[in-house]
Amino acid sequence: MAADVMAFPGVQVESRPWVEILHEWVTTVDHKRIGILYIAYALVFLVIGGIEATIMRIQLLHSHNHFVSPQVFNRMFTMHGTTMIFYVAMPVLFGFANYLVPLMIGARDMAFPRLNAFSFWLMAFSGLLLYFSFVGGSGLYGAGNAPDVGWWAYAPLTAKAFSPGHSSDYWTIAVLVGGFGSIGTAINLIATILCMRCPGMHLGRMPLLAWLTVVMSGMVLITLTPLAAAQLMLLVDRYLGGHFFDTQAGGSAALWMHFFWIFGHPEVYILILPCFGFISEIVPVFSRKPIFGYPVMVGASVFIGFVSMSVWAHHMFTIGMSSYANSFFVITSMAVGIPTGIKIFNWLGTMWGGRILFRTPMLFSIAFLFQFLIAGLTGIMLAAAPFDWQLSNSYFVVAHFHYVIVGGIIFALFAAFYYWYPKMTGRMLSETLGKWHFWLFVIGFHATFDTMHIPGVLGMPRRIYTYEPGRGWDTMNLIVSIGAFIQGIAILIFVYNLIASYWKGALAGNDPWDAWTLEWATSSPPPAYNFASLPVIASRRPLWDLKHPEDPDSRYD
Amino acid sequence: MAASCAERVAAQPSIFAPESTPARTIFGLSMFVLAITGLIFVVVFVLLVYAILRFRGRAGDRGREPAQVYGSTQIELAWTVVPVLIVVVLFIATARVIHAVQDAPKPVSALDVTVIGHQFWWEFRYPKLGIVTANELHIPVSDPGRPAPTFLKLLSADTDHSFWVPRLAGKTDLIPDRVNEMWIDPNHAGLYVGQCAQYCGTQHAKMLLRVYVDAQPDFDAWVRAQSQPAIQDGRVAAGRRIFETTACINCHAVRGTPADGRFGPDLTHMMSRVTIASGAALNTHENLRLWVQSPDAIKPGSLMPAMNLSDGDLSAVVAYLETLK
Amino acid sequence: MSAIATALPETSRPWFLPDRGRVSMACLIIAESAIFTIFVVAYLYYAGKSLSGPAARDVLEAPVFYSICLLTSSLTIHLAGRFLARGQHVAFLTSWVLTVVLGGLFLFGTGQEWRHLIYQRGFTISTNLAGTTYYSLVGLHAFHLTVGLVLLLIVLIFALSGHVGRDHAARVEVLSMYWHFVDAVWVVVFTVVYVIGR
Repeated sequence: MAADVMAFPGVQVESRPWVEILHEWVTTVDHKRIGILYIAYALVFLVIGGIEATIMRIQLLHSHNHFVSPQVFNRMFTMHGTTMIFYVAMPVLFGFANYLVPLMIGARDMAFPRLNAFSFWLMAFSGLLLYFSFVGGSGLYGAGNAPDVGWWAYAPLTAKAFSPGHSSDYWTIAVLVGGFGSIGTAINLIATILCMRCPGMHLGRMPLLAWLTVVMSGMVLITLTPLAAAQLMLLVDRYLGGHFFDTQAGGSAALWMHFFWIFGHPEVYILILPCFGFISEIVPVFSRKPIFGYPVMVGASVFIGFVSMSVWAHHMFTIGMSSYANSFFVITSMAVGIPTGIKIFNWLGTMWGGRILFRTPMLFSIAFLFQFLIAGLTGIMLAAAPFDWQLSNSYFVVAHFHYVIVGGIIFALFAAFYYWYPKMTGRMLSETLGKWHFWLFVIGFHATFDTMHIPGVLGMPRRIYTYEPGRGWDTMNLIVSIGAFIQGIAILIFVYNLIASYWKGALAGNDPWDAWTLEWATSSPPPAYNFASLPVIASRRPLWDLKHPEDPDSRYD
Repeated sequence: MAASCAERVAAQPSIFAPESTPARTIFGLSMFVLAITGLIFVVVFVLLVYAILRFRGRAGDRGREPAQVYGSTQIELAWTVVPVLIVVVLFIATARVIHAVQDAPKPVSALDVTVIGHQFWWEFRYPKLGIVTANELHIPVSDPGRPAPTFLKLLSADTDHSFWVPRLAGKTDLIPDRVNEMWIDPNHAGLYVGQCAQYCGTQHAKMLLRVYVDAQPDFDAWVRAQSQPAIQDGRVAAGRRIFETTACINCHAVRGTPADGRFGPDLTHMMSRVTIASGAALNTHENLRLWVQSPDAIKPGSLMPAMNLSDGDLSAVVAYLETLK
Repeated sequence: MSAIATALPETSRPWFLPDRGRVSMACLIIAESAIFTIFVVAYLYYAGKSLSGPAARDVLEAPVFYSICLLTSSLTIHLAGRFLARGQHVAFLTSWVLTVVLGGLFLFGTGQEWRHLIYQRGFTISTNLAGTTYYSLVGLHAFHLTVGLVLLLIVLIFALSGHVGRDHAARVEVLSMYWHFVDAVWVVVFTVVYVIGR
């Protein structure tokens, strides 16, 4: 990389052949490079998933539109959901975790570098396999290409009878294989965090991102696996004549739902937990205060990890479970909102009494706080089962979860990008472009997702390729689609910023933000070995202790 | 009958304009939940905005770090206890409504309708009245003083579906090999629209619902008309012969004739319906002809095959169908 | 600045961290337990619900002998680990070979049982719910057992060619954790299929 090579006047630096560079990247086991591979992979699929969303929004600009056929539209929402969850959100979060966790805990690499690389390539291959379905999906009866069964792939729609051809199999096998990659990375992260912390860093001194990563990884172990089990059962049904979900033979469609959502709900907590970690690192630095209530934040995170495993059937309030079962899932779903709310209050408490600096990472973090609050509250609405009987499977739910995923996760990710890009590349991202990106994205986000709640309230279900005129949905859908285009422009500005700043950005130095965790104690980008000698620490903010020897945290630890 | 049905303007769907007890009960709960979550939002929003404004970094204090506060047990306790209390209150309110709607006893005066979801149409059977129809549900209005609710038994012939008419009730899914139940008791006559709310395949979007709530006399008249076997009109014998000797009768039923297929909608009184193809098109001559000739032109991906009839045969069949009033 | 060091106040306290081999194997076992749990749940949920074909209790016979073989192999692999840690190579090799043989016997027993069920009783994975759930659950276990056997064989080959010594005891122990897990799963599967499910 450019920053690795020192410039000596009068010396011609030989640029290495690109084949050699490519080979290095393909065979790397360095956690930092693997992290960047994950992030780059996710960005490519973010654009692809965004194109799929754009196609849908064009089709839904007005009622009875004919931009794409129903078959294509159904593939679009299936691929959009599957792509964004498994090939954008998971990889980008694993990418950041890969890059940052060893640095933050004062280690030289992950516990198992080769497993790390293997997990990445497994995930990468599975994404390509999923997209190969566009070309190769016309199987046995020449039916369909990309999967079109929705990203939940409900039974019995996925049975051979209703989904002939191979499109569903591409979904099943790709996500299954990618899941194994995720499990590998989760094992690696847990082993790294538990077994490779530098001296002095007992668990109560780890950065919150490390805590949230270990909880998230523990969740991955026990939630990706039920999905894998269900997918194996689906393959048995489709290819070995099994009857797991064969309602004609006494199999249960609801059983797939249970197994899927036992994965599906904790999955969204898996996605948000690292984002809580990003916010918990960024807000303190830009408020110039330590995180408010570190032990409570840890406890709340662990509590969320556990309780989120008990809420899954709130996705199934309409399938006809008994009133007692419904009530159980109401209380657990509302309960999980409590530690989540506490976290918001703690971030607020961090900002309170601080000295807030409105650099781009903080702008995205503040927007995250507002938006995640709203998302959580619409979640509470949906947790009230009878309210959900009306709102479930409508555009209100689509608005809610996009509020969490875009308004929460993506905003936190943008904050993370602006905050740690200097560490990864040695250059600052442009603040001006950052602010354009931020404001355009905020406007587009709210235009789309605030408005989107309304068609849901007015009875518009999700996963429909067109809708009837005269139901009052047309204008709202038009606004939603316009907001999507604005978000697209903002993303393009962001991508341009990423690329242009690599060459033209201001040099960052070790610690451009005056931060306090160990990754800022080494160069930007760090050398392959991370630290010349492994740090020994005495508090949660080792760099604060160094910079403020008169009032170190270690005094209070 | 068809003319007066067509005249009725569909009330735009909205979960906040309930016309039936389940929808109304849910509406009450949702207002309560909205009020509480709205209050929480206002409080936290104000605090956030205040914090951003009050504690923003000013040029003057560069280099001076604010007081490094690590936390406060009392504050943590306070903002834990309050949410717990809110959750308890919300849960109790919610549980009461769940029981009120799901465990409501079924009065003797209830009308029974069995709803069977198909890819991509609705079958309605009235077991005690001996009627079978499709896509457009007729039920009597229910006077709050003398309730006459309709209890729906929900089944599926293939994949998952969901019955959702927002003004009348929350949705309930139709799941193969499972029997679900829901009930509605609309207080005002009118037309209420909805559609399938669980993705069921290619034409999920066009599995539309029209619920005609009739005043009791109108409903009785409708029942009487639907109970009759199909009208026999000698003038369309040619079309009827084509209908009964090609594959049409494998899927469709016309009561009083040899046609008794169950895969597609019952056509005995299809001309009493305002729409065809489960709401995808109005029941006009042009649409009907196009539908029979090439279903994919109206509903691409529907499971009705194009029969490749010659023009003459097509006209004859359509003429026959148009006598099934 | 590429490294920092602060004076560690508690320099007297030694810094202990768990062994990453054991931690990662424990994680793998947790993940695998979740997969097996789902198959067990499906088995129990569908028990007795087949619409046609023979019920499990009509065709299944508990493979007691082979189960004892498998459980004994847990003992032999545990002993093998102890012998290796103490440098007793011959004893280690003997116990290891015994483990492989006992595990192989179990696999053979499963194969025999399936052959009988399929060819003599006509009970296959597609017969009914009982067949689907039975073959899937027992098959998943047999698959994990096979993977374990392959790993055991690899270690055996390395041991026979003199490459396994005392300093590999920790790694061998990690592998034996996996083997114990496979045995523990069999206890659960046996109970669910041959005891409760009947």
